[in-house]
Amino acid sequence: MAQDVKITIIDREGHRHEVDAPTDMNMNVMELVRAYELAPEGTIGICGGMAMCASCQCYVLNDVVLPEKTDDEEAMLSEAFHVKPNSRLGCQLAITEELDGLEIELAPES
Amino acid sequence: MIKTDILIIGAGPTGLFAVFEAGLLKLKCHIIDALPQPGGQLAELYPKKPIFDIPGFPEVLAGDLVDNLMEQIKQFQPGFTLNERAETIDKLDDGTFIVTTDKGTEHHANAVAIAGGLGSFEPRKPEIDGIASFEEKGVEYFVKNPERFRNKRIVIAGGGDSALDWSIFLTNVASEVTLIHRRNEFRGALDSVEKVQELKNLGKLSLITPAEVTALHGTDHLEAISIDHNGENRILETDYLIPLFGLSPKLGPIANWGLEIEKNAIKVNNALDYQTNIPGIYAIGDVNTYPGKLKLILCGFHEATLMCQSVYQRMNPGKKYVLKYTTVSGVDGFDGTRKEAEKAVVKAID
Repeated sequence: MAQDVKITIIDREGHRHEVDAPTDMNMNVMELVRAYELAPEGTIGICGGMAMCASCQCYVLNDVVLPEKTDDEEAMLSEAFHVKPNSRLGCQLAITEELDGLEIELAPES
Repeated sequence: MIKTDILIIGAGPTGLFAVFEAGLLKLKCHIIDALPQPGGQLAELYPKKPIFDIPGFPEVLAGDLVDNLMEQIKQFQPGFTLNERAETIDKLDDGTFIVTTDKGTEHHANAVAIAGGLGSFEPRKPEIDGIASFEEKGVEYFVKNPERFRNKRIVIAGGGDSALDWSIFLTNVASEVTLIHRRNEFRGALDSVEKVQELKNLGKLSLITPAEVTALHGTDHLEAISIDHNGENRILETDYLIPLFGLSPKLGPIANWGLEIEKNAIKVNNALDYQTNIPGIYAIGDVNTYPGKLKLILCGFHEATLMCQSVYQRMNPGKKYVLKYTTVSGVDGFDGTRKEAEKAVVKAID
């Protein structure tokens, strides 16, 4: 069985959660947040993970190497609110072994 | 007053399919939707994306699924109140309902099926100080009536299809059109991007990128905006600012209808008929929740079917009915048309 990795998520209330994330279920960081119910349903992953709504925007807090942004993600972030240089869309971050130790903070709801 | 058997709130796939199942039971449906076209998320967010988990369709584009559903329910002549949001509900003494929209359209129905998905789509509003005080006074989040902008100066902010499309359209209406976007690249249909380029080259449209609106100015009405253009602060005189940053779904007024809400969804009795805590009001599709709920179109179809059977019994208490198969019974439309299987041909072999 594939190893789980540890990912730390700071929710919108500022609470910190270190969670186990499966690498073998084709999941992404947005889905991980939903699986652990760290943001209310209906406030995250609204478009289902197509980089079309930015409801899963998060700030990357450490220097874990992440996949490059696709054009879709760049375009969505250019229209989103509360965007910072370390903003990413959780739905575009596939959970792989490389993500072990990643720390993110959920951006405010907008 | 519009009268119907089942008033469906939400014209997404679940709401549309409910019309078909209701029609088989001779129940009439009317649908309210806040968007100007049917299809819900499928039409608004991802019409060109393929869906792979509709039974019997190895692959279908979301927009095509909506077209197919519209074709499937055509026989049952559903009514539509589009571009209006269901605002209030009143239960009458006889157990029927009156639902009124934000524009005052009244609907009288025996039962109400909320198929509102994630909620009604509302514009995402940029966080600019004091923007709320300029709403309806120079800040518009929709282009509902383009004539309002005739011979006016307008600024459109955004980088998606609606920002591009309205910029193109309004060059023929407004006296000045300026399009502002946070970066140089636009994500929109290629021909729209090319058209904007062409209009810019012709001097019919000003393009300011990368730029962001930072402040609004005016006394009774918007007069000017401040923008940050590549780090430089500029003031731009304008009559209107139209921020087009997409839509975000909100449960909206339905949240105040006295329904039990859990996790931003409406609790229903999934063991029986997807009825809410208020008898006669049902919730089907993504908008409802129950133990084990999955937000899938195919689950919405199932829920819609059971809801219709329940409404039939509610409207015809004690009347006997057994489930019929369309293969056997065919489909009799309210428009007088009939679909049925071809009759078997019996012929002897010499």
